[in-house]
Amino acid sequence: MVLDTNWAVKWLTLCAQAMAEHRAWLIELDRAIGDSDHGENMDRGFQAVLDKLTEVTPETPGAALKLAAMTLISKVGGAAGPLYGTAFLRAAAALGDTLEVEPAVFAGALVAARDGIVARGKAEPGDKTMVDAWTPAAEAALIAAADGAGTVLEVLVAAAEAAEAGAAGTDPMVARKGRASYLGERSAGHRDPGAASSALILRAAVGAAA
Amino acid sequence: MTVALVVVSHSEKIADGAAELAAQMAPDVSIFAAGGTPDGRLGTSLERVMAALEQASGLDGVVILADLGSAVMTAESALEFAGEPDGVLLADAPVVEGLVAAAVAAQGGADVHAVKRAAEAVYGSATGVPPSSSVVTVEEGSVTGAGPEFTGDFELINQAGMHARPAAKIAGGLASLDATVTVNGLDGTSMTALMTLAAGKGSVLHVEAWGHDAERAVNYVGGLVQAGFGEP
Repeated sequence: MVLDTNWAVKWLTLCAQAMAEHRAWLIELDRAIGDSDHGENMDRGFQAVLDKLTEVTPETPGAALKLAAMTLISKVGGAAGPLYGTAFLRAAAALGDTLEVEPAVFAGALVAARDGIVARGKAEPGDKTMVDAWTPAAEAALIAAADGAGTVLEVLVAAAEAAEAGAAGTDPMVARKGRASYLGERSAGHRDPGAASSALILRAAVGAAA
Repeated sequence: MTVALVVVSHSEKIADGAAELAAQMAPDVSIFAAGGTPDGRLGTSLERVMAALEQASGLDGVVILADLGSAVMTAESALEFAGEPDGVLLADAPVVEGLVAAAVAAQGGADVHAVKRAAEAVYGSATGVPPSSSVVTVEEGSVTGAGPEFTGDFELINQAGMHARPAAKIAGGLASLDATVTVNGLDGTSMTALMTLAAGKGSVLHVEAWGHDAERAVNYVGGLVQAGFGEP
């Protein structure tokens, strides 16, 4: 398996599928501690990415991610748009013009994406945000890729599992950033919707490579 | 020198209304509104922000004002997509007050950094601290007495006293001078600060100025006050 342009396009397609399937769940999570529009916003954003992919054929994995970045910032609305847009944009920049993404390069792209989210949203690990999914995901990918033994699929799986564990780890946290932070202690006991959608995105990357 | 302004808001009405309000104070300044989403929802649109930045390019710099958090993020993202162009600055200021202050400074011919400062000075205007004390500390020798280089006291003679238009004239003119100016202890380049003086007819404005154009700054305010700002 190689992470080529077809993989990148399939990743985005599976992201759109995952957002459509989990739309109601994300809305439910966001209703508890936010403004209940996350599922709708993510679904609309990735459907727009699908539409875009019928008009434009990206020539590199990076180009596919950049197209997604632009579309998500424009169509998602709310904070998730610029945050995911920045994540995909930074990841695209890290991939450059490469046609087949090596495991270490993919790990580097996840680190770049995480750094972009942190730069844009000013959140830190433990704030109960999507950073709590992306940080362990990027670290797990780096470790899996650094061993040298890691195949691309192993790196993708490591990232997805770490993101899922990280998202679950937001359940007991008290939010310090975003709309949920207005709830203070009452935000504990609910999963952060952004961390949840982040885990869906990274799980879709595995599905695209399988 | 014409700095353009871009206002980014979740609401098309807020962006358009803020631009309309600011334009009243600064008829020669180009103000581009980027509010709401193209399909008429509340939210911020990267496309609209980038279109506004495109329209504003070619002038002598752009200052962006944005409302709630994700509008700031969208504006930052637009700058990242555009490759962080030179002379395009994002001001950390409240949209309405900041935009009006920035527009007045731009109308007065201030450069892009001064326009951004004018917008951001809105936050600190109630403290009475001049925007930059560095101007004072640069000239250590003359500062020992801590006194301003030029001062003036001027009695307001127009019926309405200090209100939006006189404040705009004072702040706009001072913003284009190389001087740090306080009026009754408040930042003279901040229109909103001047308006908080609530100085009526008969009140005296105490002007203190430091810097290269200190004398001109005091004379400028004095001239306006003594002419009643052109009002009855």
